[in-house]
Amino acid sequence: MIQVKGIYKQFGENQVLKGVDVDFIPGKTNLIIGRSGSGKTVFLKTILGLYDPDQGSIHYGDEVLGEMTKERRMLLRQELGMVFQGGALFDSMTVAANIRFPLEMFSNMTEHQKDERVSFVMDRVRLQGSGDMFPSEISGGMQKRVSIARAISMNPKYLFCDEPNSGLDPETAIVIDQLIQELTHEFNMTTIVNTHDMNSVLEIGDHVVFMKDGYKVWEGTNNEVLGSTNADVEEYVFKSKLFKQVRVALRK
Amino acid sequence: MITNFFEGIGAYAMLMSKVFRRPDRWIIFYRALLQEIRLLGLDSIGIVAVLSVFMGAVVTIQTALNLSDPLIPAYYIAIATRESITLEFSPTVVSLILAGKVGSNIASSLGTMRVSEQIDALEVMGVNSANFLILPKIVAQLLFNPILIILSIALGLWGGYMAGGALGLISFTDTLIGYRMEFMPFYTFYALIKTVAYAFIIGSISAYCGYTVKGGAVEVGVASTNAVVRSCLAIILANYVLTDLILNA
Repeated sequence: MIQVKGIYKQFGENQVLKGVDVDFIPGKTNLIIGRSGSGKTVFLKTILGLYDPDQGSIHYGDEVLGEMTKERRMLLRQELGMVFQGGALFDSMTVAANIRFPLEMFSNMTEHQKDERVSFVMDRVRLQGSGDMFPSEISGGMQKRVSIARAISMNPKYLFCDEPNSGLDPETAIVIDQLIQELTHEFNMTTIVNTHDMNSVLEIGDHVVFMKDGYKVWEGTNNEVLGSTNADVEEYVFKSKLFKQVRVALRK
Repeated sequence: MITNFFEGIGAYAMLMSKVFRRPDRWIIFYRALLQEIRLLGLDSIGIVAVLSVFMGAVVTIQTALNLSDPLIPAYYIAIATRESITLEFSPTVVSLILAGKVGSNIASSLGTMRVSEQIDALEVMGVNSANFLILPKIVAQLLFNPILIILSIALGLWGGYMAGGALGLISFTDTLIGYRMEFMPFYTFYALIKTVAYAFIIGSISAYCGYTVKGGAVEVGVASTNAVVRSCLAIILANYVLTDLILNA
């Protein structure tokens, strides 16, 4: 279980995180939502250890991230998978080499086992036949799937996704969302997804955390978010015409 | 400005302390090293060859014009050309050219990886990204730049030989006599010491500029320019220090 206790993070004069506490539910898809600039990405990167918090602590099970030795931290990172907003694929490597990379670096598998694992993961994210292509030769949706495949290749305990369906058409975005949820349940991972896409929230949000201006303002489930009486959540959720109509329909 | 300078020195030293660690996987390091030798070394042979031949030719012509005195033996032109090329032109001028070609390549490739979050992806996986990305580049240059400089010296001398003979400034025979006369192997050793120092400067400063980029495409461009400018300045400073330490000691 990942627990975040009272974290603060400041860049220069800009206080981005202002005392955030969240317990992420193990084996579920946890979503962090909020407007651009609300601190979601900094929050996610702080949980990952890419930024050190100025105050507060991040707990992975019984261990505190900030108190781990370098060696333990390195080992923990092998239990984490991350899907970056832009994919962050290594553009000098083919799709298969990208997925294989963590296995080459950290596993003691034989070459045959690595081939099998890559093939399994590629099948799982429906990328069969794309192994020899380079990231620049595939679509945005495929890049996201390669990124997911690379993130799960080491069978991680925790999966982090930073706006995994940004820049994708609605149909592909839903495919990516469903894939993330399927993999979360299949591999029993704790998944944390940053998004501002309300479709994702309703589709896969087992646990939803709403952030505004560096604070956690609300948390609940995807079933509760439409009925929330929190003014900030209401303003965020029902901003679009579509969701305004949904609200009208719900009130009838 | 002074504070920024010392902060930069500190950040550079900290980055180097991350770079010079044992690689996570030696086999992956060797593969990356071979790739960098191809990219940063073998691909530079063409420009080094062209530059060196013409540099040797120009040095011979200028020396011949300045030593056009009946009392000075013609082979002195070849001696002066040899010393100029070995001591200064090949190690320093070629390294300055490499700082432009290789330095901008290193800074822009690392900068692009930084802004596209590829370096963050490595860190999240638990890879020491500085060691993984920068060490092969520095080692490739430390190993291959001396080869490039020896090639440059050879081609520079050949260029001088051809230009001097073809233009009638010095006979081919006098050139060969001059090239062999009072040859001091230590000067070649001195050139290689300088080359190794410059190779480290180019690799490490350019990598620092690229690895620490913050922002987007514009900042990557700025980092690439900074890498070339800072590497060149450091090479010129190191040239003075090393020459004083080695030749003037």
